[in-house]
Amino acid sequence: MTTTRKTFELEEIRAQLSRNTGRTYWRSLEEAASSPAVESYLETNYPTQFSLLSDPVERRSFLQIMGASLALAGLGSCTRQPEEKILPFASKPESLIPGQPRYFASAMPLAGSGIGILAESHMGRPTKIEGNPQHPSSLGATDSITQASVLSLYDPDRSQTVLHNGRISTRADYLTELRSVLDSGRARRGAGLRVLSTTISSPTLAAQREQFLREFPRASWVQYEPVNRDNARAGALLAFGEDASLRYDFSKADVVLSLDSDFLAQGPSHVADTRGFSQKRRGRKGVEGMNRLYSVESVPGLTGAMADHRLALRSQSIEALALEMAQALDVPQVKDSQSVGGEHSEWVRIVARDLQRNGQTALVLAGDAQPPIVHALALAMNVHLGSYGQCLISTEPIEPVPSAQLSGLRQLCADLEAGQVDALFVLNGNPIYDTPADLGFAKHFNRVAFRAHLGLYADETSEQCQWHVPAAHFLESWSDVRAHDGTHSIIQPLISPLYGGLSAHEFVSGLLGESQSKAYDIVREHWQTQIAGADSQSFEREWRRALHDGLREGTSAAPIDLKLDAKLNVSEISIDAGGGFELNLRPDPHVWDGRFANNGWLQELPKPATRLTWDNALLIAPADAAGLEVENGQVVKLRGNGTELQVPVWIVPGHATGALTLHLGYGRTRAGHVGNGAGVNAYPLQSKDSLWRVNSVQVEPTGAKRTLACTQDHNGMEALEHRDIVRVEDLERFREGHVGAPAHLTAALATATEAPHASSGSESDQTQHASPSHASKSLYDPSEFSYEDQNAWGMVIDLNACTGCSACTIACQAENNIPVVGRTEVSRGREMHWIRVDRYFTGSVDEPETVHQPVPCMQCENAPCEVVCPVGATVHSQEGLNDMVYNRCVGTRYCANNCPYKVRRFNFFSYADFDTESLKLLRNPDVTVRSRGVMEKCSYCTQRISQTRIQAKREGREIVDGELQTACQQVCPAQAITFGDTNDAESAVALAKAEPHNYTLLDHELNTRPRTSYLARLRNPNPELEI
Amino acid sequence: MASDGPSQAAPQKPTEQPLPEDRLTKAIIREGHTLGSVTDKISDIVLTRKTPRGWYIGLGLSFCLVMLMLYSIGNLLVRGTGIWGLNAPVGWGFAIINFVWWVGIGHAGTLISAILLLLNQSWRTSINRFAEAMTLFAVACAGLFPLLHVGRPWLAYWLFPYPNTMALWPQFRSPLLWDVFAVSTYATVSLLFWYVGLIPDLATLRDSSRSRTKKVVYGILAMGWRNAARHWERYETAYLLLAGLAAPLVVSVHTVVSFDFAVAVIPGWHATIMPPYFVAGAVFSGFAMVVTLAIPLRKFYGLQDFITMRHLQNMAKVMLATGMIVSYGYLMEIFTAWYSGSEYELHMIANRMGGEYSVAFWSLITCNALVPQLLWSERVRTSLPLLFIIAIVINIGMWLERFIIVVTSLHNDYLPSSWDSYAGTFWDWSLYIGTIGFFLSLVFLFIRFLPMISISEMRMLVPAAEDPEPEQRLTEDSESSQGGGE
Repeated sequence: MTTTRKTFELEEIRAQLSRNTGRTYWRSLEEAASSPAVESYLETNYPTQFSLLSDPVERRSFLQIMGASLALAGLGSCTRQPEEKILPFASKPESLIPGQPRYFASAMPLAGSGIGILAESHMGRPTKIEGNPQHPSSLGATDSITQASVLSLYDPDRSQTVLHNGRISTRADYLTELRSVLDSGRARRGAGLRVLSTTISSPTLAAQREQFLREFPRASWVQYEPVNRDNARAGALLAFGEDASLRYDFSKADVVLSLDSDFLAQGPSHVADTRGFSQKRRGRKGVEGMNRLYSVESVPGLTGAMADHRLALRSQSIEALALEMAQALDVPQVKDSQSVGGEHSEWVRIVARDLQRNGQTALVLAGDAQPPIVHALALAMNVHLGSYGQCLISTEPIEPVPSAQLSGLRQLCADLEAGQVDALFVLNGNPIYDTPADLGFAKHFNRVAFRAHLGLYADETSEQCQWHVPAAHFLESWSDVRAHDGTHSIIQPLISPLYGGLSAHEFVSGLLGESQSKAYDIVREHWQTQIAGADSQSFEREWRRALHDGLREGTSAAPIDLKLDAKLNVSEISIDAGGGFELNLRPDPHVWDGRFANNGWLQELPKPATRLTWDNALLIAPADAAGLEVENGQVVKLRGNGTELQVPVWIVPGHATGALTLHLGYGRTRAGHVGNGAGVNAYPLQSKDSLWRVNSVQVEPTGAKRTLACTQDHNGMEALEHRDIVRVEDLERFREGHVGAPAHLTAALATATEAPHASSGSESDQTQHASPSHASKSLYDPSEFSYEDQNAWGMVIDLNACTGCSACTIACQAENNIPVVGRTEVSRGREMHWIRVDRYFTGSVDEPETVHQPVPCMQCENAPCEVVCPVGATVHSQEGLNDMVYNRCVGTRYCANNCPYKVRRFNFFSYADFDTESLKLLRNPDVTVRSRGVMEKCSYCTQRISQTRIQAKREGREIVDGELQTACQQVCPAQAITFGDTNDAESAVALAKAEPHNYTLLDHELNTRPRTSYLARLRNPNPELEI
Repeated sequence: MASDGPSQAAPQKPTEQPLPEDRLTKAIIREGHTLGSVTDKISDIVLTRKTPRGWYIGLGLSFCLVMLMLYSIGNLLVRGTGIWGLNAPVGWGFAIINFVWWVGIGHAGTLISAILLLLNQSWRTSINRFAEAMTLFAVACAGLFPLLHVGRPWLAYWLFPYPNTMALWPQFRSPLLWDVFAVSTYATVSLLFWYVGLIPDLATLRDSSRSRTKKVVYGILAMGWRNAARHWERYETAYLLLAGLAAPLVVSVHTVVSFDFAVAVIPGWHATIMPPYFVAGAVFSGFAMVVTLAIPLRKFYGLQDFITMRHLQNMAKVMLATGMIVSYGYLMEIFTAWYSGSEYELHMIANRMGGEYSVAFWSLITCNALVPQLLWSERVRTSLPLLFIIAIVINIGMWLERFIIVVTSLHNDYLPSSWDSYAGTFWDWSLYIGTIGFFLSLVFLFIRFLPMISISEMRMLVPAAEDPEPEQRLTEDSESSQGGGE
């Protein structure tokens, strides 16, 4: 095709030259041709130069240009800056003060919806992401993936140039070839053109898709990403007969039943839902209502850990249990179905009664991995209970282009196999890696003549493509997205693309022949059409407001009342026959479907159920592990779906027996330096019929063993029994005055409560409350160390709210420039996290209760670390904080040894990356980057305290409660962390410390008088289920 | 003398017949020696005798280990503390274990020199010189570790209170700082004590040596000693004063070292038994090391006349006594943990006895508490091979003791979430073994270039000495030493 075109052109040029009269000079064949085709080629690829060319250039100026070009030729290797108007800083932009961060509202898209963020920018560098308090999906909080996205932005492994067959090329070359492909495609009305994108999150992109399909009516655009919500969508379709999105209001739900749904950890609204859930679970003195959570799950997740009653079942059995529950509730849609009864019928009966009792405030949820019928049953139960319209609201579909992704992909693969695809454009996905192996996508992919890939990384898919175009990160480009409730947000860039990446909008506009369009214009133009009746002035106002707020107020999708179908066909629900192992495939809690595999923060963040880092493992129940005679780290052969994998096992107390779990997203080969070779790729086990479950797999132990990097080696089940570390109390007993303290402390606590307290609310009083006998046990005169005219910072962590999601750990890492140490160092026990989330089990190995406990520095008043430092590198500050002076530290590690909470972290090597240029941009300039041989630890975000203090001083006022948030506090979706001035009796933290179930760690033993205290976890069990 | 029964060795006029072995065991210098023979026998090793081939081999091997040590140190400085097996709960490992071990070994020298001198135990004379040298070398090895174990060794001088532009003092509440003072004082006093004791001998070497170089070097070192009565008078005074200064150090150094642990809040460290138990352990290991060195030395250099079985027996008795104190310490640790009723203390003891490092714990009990019980038997005490093996076993046991104290306390402390394991890496071992090589190299150099037994003091023990006073003193000494030893 190309060659014929070339010859044609040459013919044309010859003809052109022959037509000339007299002696003429031509610089190139193209110029000689001066055909419209050539001109358009030049205009497309060299717009600036073309404008010069088309100008009647005089000899003199021509020589000037040539001379300058030669002189500047050496600069060709520099990054070509986008040609946009720039202004010198001669007049400083308003509000830009060097050293003062600025915040811009934007949103992070993921899998069809987005979470609103406020990005902190230091002199043009985004360094930290916070949640946007106004955004319905964020409410001021974020999750670990959003927190870590800023590291992906600066990832030095990101793809930096256009690649053609793996060699560095230019965008111009790509566009040239693209043009010819599109021209021939246009001739066939797009018959051979296919676009495969991840779930479209952007309304603008959806509009561009429509435009593309208008232009190429026979082309198709398939959306697929491995962690899709097909089942939820199909479930709604099954129940209501039409597409709908669901959203939950947990702040109204008194009883929640989760059927394999990890709603606290995953899904478009999990941040907002965690907030709603925890609001309904605040355990405070005199608390009346507290929600009750029943969780049926196969894979231990955050939701199960929060549950008052948890049932570990094979994923297959949950289907029947859902039906049984519906029958027990007398849901009319299943009236005629055959009754199923299992070993858990008693449990089902009791739970059903509890749900019925709560009616409108009872909520039933189904997990994304459960088949559509379970979702439909859950919906039917909610409708029957009356919670539909209360706790559960249905709206129009929020995804801009709702589709059945798996069937779309199946169709695409069929087309590939049939050789019907001439050109395939892959937008941001990595289908070579993450599609079910038996679809044969990878096998047939190379049969497509033209394969182009837009992606942040030159990954497994771009390796198979002729063309790879680097994508712009969402912090680098314009776009838009909807929140889980439909609210529109404009995504605005914080920095110009570091590596000249293109946004999806620009890439698609290339397909539409508008390769020069800028994402800004595309998005803006789209919204100009969307904001109805807006003249340019009011549009500008609205646009600026949306950018400023990070959302367009009042654009959430209105609830619509849908009618449930009269009958549900439940005949497909099979009764789990048992036998063999089922394998559950789940998105990894941190690297997700694999797209974040090269993010060191996420890789090193301990996973909730296992505390594993840097690897996935085959999760197995203790009983099954005993049966197979395998232990942690032992490699097994896993056979299923016609493939065999070698994967290390990890025993997880509370895992359903007869079931195994393997997380997706690992075993990447072209993820980058960080992600390559981490873990095992589970996608080959995935089948085109069932993405989330392989019903029967064989497991065979091998002799091999692999060291997995786990941050909490010993589960310490037996050791905790007598240790007063986590306190758990039943709600009923709490109302009677019990606070979960062990028996030997109860007497002491009782006297403490009786003893009259001065109501000054001073810090020492608060501490006294927790450990009555210690207040006087100090060699120092307490009056010398009072903080009367100071702020006395303190923190309370509500174990009742904490879900264990670990977002605090990543937020802290981002805020405090905490380095990543790598798998080897983690397996040596040298992770650097300043706030860790400890996980403890209680109860039996098979059905344990899980408690998560975030542990930052306790900032002890009598700090054991301070006394032992020989050089005074860790000292008490004026405001009572336990400060670390990095410059003074020589690294004896005595402080870490003497810290009973083991929150101190040591730079055994030079962990901080001082060499990679792009990572330097990431650092928070307010926090020292620590060198080798230095101790570090949580500082209560002392840089934030200073900043607020300075601000308050300048304004001549006191620091207002709530004005100052630590990074961990700010990110927490459950608002489990309270921070503030304990001297202020009215402050939230002082009030929390006055709660009866406030307790401090080890204070009774060691008289450390920590400033960080905990609120005991409260359970709200159903008395009928308590044995 | 007479009180010890018929088999005692009275320091009587030298007789021509060889004495039976059992009598020999009671003598502190073999009979028959004259002032000249003592001088010759000891100074010949340094001046005239051909250097034995074994010395070259021994020094060669030790020097290889010194190279290993230097390489390990270089690697440590270039790469960082991370090359060791340390981790988050176990912030101290081999470095501190070795430090305590070496400091402990360094205790015997001063104890023998100072305390036994003050107690008029004249049997100390033939072993004090090399015990003191050993002390210095052990302290040199020990001193390396605190320096190297810090994260930024190039800033370790910040632990010293020196005037600086930052106007910063060290933090005086920290036991590590007390360590700095204790160990540096100890090293200084030990060095002075050793050197002052050497002066008359250096003069002897100066006078006896034939080569010019030796004359000059020993001459300089002898500081103009002319054997004048005035010299002797001042020497005796200085020596006694230094002994007086050194005596409390014997107790203080290891007490302060034990504070590193006792002051901390970690179960297994935070115990009042620590100071006496550490001091006894130090003497225990120090004597074990002296025995370990004395047995081969007396054999290879034919010093059986000066280091007699009586010396070895006495040292064995000291080992037995201090071993009992140490065992009492172990029992008390267990008792206090149980008596405290604290779950953290109870777990610590249970974990030591039955946890991950229980093998090390029970080996330690075997080495330090059970094996030394053999020393009750005189037959064991007088058997050179057995005594040598027991001394080595005690050295190993004392290293294990420090390992148990440092590692098992840290690896399972308060919050089970932080628990982790610890194991030394190649670099941990290489530095440890390297310092043993360093120590041995210094010992080899010492026995080649300096009199390993005090000539002047030995001469005082010779019964034929013209001055009757030493003889008299010796008689009294023997009695009191035997009264105390048995």
